[in-house]
Amino acid sequence: MAPTGLATQDEPVARGSGQRVVNDFTIQVATVNGSGSQTANLVLIRSIFQMGIPVSGKNMFPSNIAGLPTWYTIRANKSGYIGRKKEIDFLVAMNAETAKEDVLTLQPGAAVVYDEPLKLNALRTDLKFYPVPFDKLVAPVCPDAKLRRLVRNMIYDGVLAKLLQIDMGEMEKALMKQLGKKAKAAQMNMGALKAGWDYAEANLPKQDNFYVEPMNKTQGMILIEGNAAAAIGCMMAGCTVVAWYPITPSSSLCETLITYMKKYRVDKDGKATFAIVQAEDEIAALGMVIGAAWAGARAMTSTAGPGISLMSEFTGLGYYAEIPAVIFDVQRVGPSTGLPTRTAQGDILPTALLSHGDTKHPLLLPCSVGECYSMAMEAFDVAEQLQTPVFVMSDLDLGMNTWMSDPFPYPTTPINRGKVLDEAKLRQLGAQWGRYADVDGDGIPYRTVPGDGMPPYFARGSGHNAKGQYSERADDYGNNVDRLAKKFDTARGLVPQPEIQWNAKAKIGVIAYGTSHFSVEESRDQLRDEHRIETSYYRLRGYPFAESLWEFFDKHDRVYVVEQNRDGQMAALMRLEITPERLAKLRNVLHYNGLPIDARSITDDVLVQEGLKPAVPAELRHSMVGGSTPAAGAGE
Amino acid sequence: MAGKTNRIGLELVEYKGSKTTLCAGCGHNAISERIIDACYEMGVDATQVIKLSGIGCSSKSPAYFLAKSHGFNAVHGRMPSVATGAMLANKKLIAIGISGDGDTGAIGMGQFVHLMRRNLPIIYIIEDNGCYGLTKGQFSPTADLGSKLKTGVVNDLPPIDMCALAIELGASFVARSFSGDKKQLTALLKAALSHRGTVMLDVLSPCVTFNDHEGSTKSYSYVKDHDEPLHDVSFVPYFEDIAVEQEPGTAREVTLHDGSRIVLKTVGQGYDPTDKLGAMRQLLETSRRGEYATGLLYVEPDKDDFCTLLDIVDEPLASLPLERTRPGKQALDEIMESLR
Repeated sequence: MAPTGLATQDEPVARGSGQRVVNDFTIQVATVNGSGSQTANLVLIRSIFQMGIPVSGKNMFPSNIAGLPTWYTIRANKSGYIGRKKEIDFLVAMNAETAKEDVLTLQPGAAVVYDEPLKLNALRTDLKFYPVPFDKLVAPVCPDAKLRRLVRNMIYDGVLAKLLQIDMGEMEKALMKQLGKKAKAAQMNMGALKAGWDYAEANLPKQDNFYVEPMNKTQGMILIEGNAAAAIGCMMAGCTVVAWYPITPSSSLCETLITYMKKYRVDKDGKATFAIVQAEDEIAALGMVIGAAWAGARAMTSTAGPGISLMSEFTGLGYYAEIPAVIFDVQRVGPSTGLPTRTAQGDILPTALLSHGDTKHPLLLPCSVGECYSMAMEAFDVAEQLQTPVFVMSDLDLGMNTWMSDPFPYPTTPINRGKVLDEAKLRQLGAQWGRYADVDGDGIPYRTVPGDGMPPYFARGSGHNAKGQYSERADDYGNNVDRLAKKFDTARGLVPQPEIQWNAKAKIGVIAYGTSHFSVEESRDQLRDEHRIETSYYRLRGYPFAESLWEFFDKHDRVYVVEQNRDGQMAALMRLEITPERLAKLRNVLHYNGLPIDARSITDDVLVQEGLKPAVPAELRHSMVGGSTPAAGAGE
Repeated sequence: MAGKTNRIGLELVEYKGSKTTLCAGCGHNAISERIIDACYEMGVDATQVIKLSGIGCSSKSPAYFLAKSHGFNAVHGRMPSVATGAMLANKKLIAIGISGDGDTGAIGMGQFVHLMRRNLPIIYIIEDNGCYGLTKGQFSPTADLGSKLKTGVVNDLPPIDMCALAIELGASFVARSFSGDKKQLTALLKAALSHRGTVMLDVLSPCVTFNDHEGSTKSYSYVKDHDEPLHDVSFVPYFEDIAVEQEPGTAREVTLHDGSRIVLKTVGQGYDPTDKLGAMRQLLETSRRGEYATGLLYVEPDKDDFCTLLDIVDEPLASLPLERTRPGKQALDEIMESLR
């Protein structure tokens, strides 16, 4: 049992107590979608990053092109925690529609920069208010009234620079990087930035206690979204055929890939070493990938939940006919259309078992932009080694948000194309070779590729024997699906292996995967520092599970599986293989409100299940910023 | 004793496939035979051919020709996407896709439409019998208005004319034929093998088991009686430079990309297969009379195919070495620098 008698306590740092809080706060900018706030927000996060402070940015946007509320959250944290933090320390309230609710949900001591006419200071007495007359300030720097809407947001960057002591030189540098060669835009935005800073200096005496001070924790690092990282990985993997269908939040993966491929994968004579097709739907996208891979290309597609549902039938074909395919699932909130612009890990179970009949598929589980890059390359190797569709399970938080990372290393190993029959092998195997014959005992047969001069075979989703011939015989069927099961066992050693942090003192084990990772790390520190609870950590990086997973259960009294879905989907996959003794130890920590998981929620949930904290009523657990956003059609 | 061989030294038997499992007398078997003939006569290297299909009786038939070729029996109605991927991976292959009227006109309509639109290099054959044979004879979307099932059920929806649709959508070689017309079908298939782009060939192919009765407009006797050839088709491949003697004004020639020629000897009124509007009018008028216009309906020999449009390198993408497909370290460094 965990030590008892530990008081449940609030976060130890007393915000707003007058003590300087340096490089440890969260800024939330509330704007209207389509108002050009993205530039201002990226300049803000980039300038803090350039000052050497660990940052993470999370964009919470509606499924809409323009006019609905959007929140952008920047967390600066000197300890390097980059998961979401629930509490907002610094609110920039630009959206009249949500301003009241945004202010009312703040914790005491928080600061609010707001558009003066909104008169938000009347709402509460326990916050620090900074009114800014944005319209008055923007007019002189932007004479063209039509452009003011877009420049206006840069003013809050200037105000924040002054209030938080962000270096104006870094802000200007970040702005230039963002706007590039657009000289006129740069000049106007620079004017707005300066106007904000000047106004704050003249009119806004510092009331809050949040400060930015230079550090050296981001030296040499990059800022990138997971989708872009995955795109670079696909290009470096030697991918030659891409088929995709637009869907939020995955579109930017293939769109970024197109940009990079056009730049780096076109020969001197202008001819492409790739083919990219925007397909008519996700069904066709996967069909093209399977056709291309059957014909010997490295092929991929990228989608989200609704696309995964549509790809079900082709995935079954790929599994049974044994054709490699790489599919990225940038998960969003389901079921059905769900919340297209919010994040979840809700496709795990259906994807692992996608399609009818007995099917199961390897999953790769990146937690970071670095792993989006490296696992993109691994995915092609795993797919070709296993000759089967593999899924890279990213999510909206990872794919579309800005993350800092060490630069990606250039791949030093050649690619692994798996068992492709050549003349030497054919001579060695002779009559033993059959397209689906397991000559090596690992369940993986040797394939041939159309046009390569090796023996042809007929790929089919109907019953077949080891030679690839149509068969409805009971023994042929049984032998074939048993071999596929054996191949799936082989996959245990081929998918990315877990990262395990054993703690000899821990009675509690935590299992997590994907973007839950950063919040789990922070939560483990909270449990240790605030509650003297030691934990071990098992970060899943692939499915099927490695044997070490069961050892991890055996070494701990209670095992918490943390995931961002309602039904404990990864835990459900464990249940398919778990023993009753281990099952008795399994507990779920579930987060599913559309927002990225945060450390405090994990910590609280573990404390409740350990009997150290009273449970929070469900209706409060699911309260979420932007919950009242009206439905809209775009971005689906 | 060696038999007769073709221009690459192969006998006809080397183009055959496994024994058919379709019904005796099925039109589809005749089509398989014509594919074998055409490939033999054209001296096609079968190892460079891919045979693809969807699901249904028609889609079983790729197993019954060209045993030396790789085959792919995809999911119902989705062969076009698999073929698209395969041709992008290796544009040097020759793709023969076999589908049915249900596989194309119903479940596969979405993919068919976009295949035609892209003008992918493929010979797409619809083995068209107006019914679902493998599930025992239900109507398909090409069943004619008023046509009767064996059970007496009358079709009350208009048919989809796959040829008119293909012409409208951008296919660059559209033809209709009849499984029982050996000469016309072989000539069209040989011409198809010389065309670069989408060949859409709708072959009326009676289902002898479920749709060959009195009252059916896709029965063998009905199609034979209502077959209206637009012209007498013959084909002169580029490697047989034979001058065809024609009386002036009695024939039209179409030269394909590789120099081969299709010779269309006029029957009745003249027909111009390069006139899109004329082709559509012809199809509408013949179907209104309850007849089937057969022959080369439309051709656009010089239209860019999809692989050309995408400007892919000359070698197959599938066999490019890693040096060609993985950018150097400098490229990655440049990208990383842009993200700092």
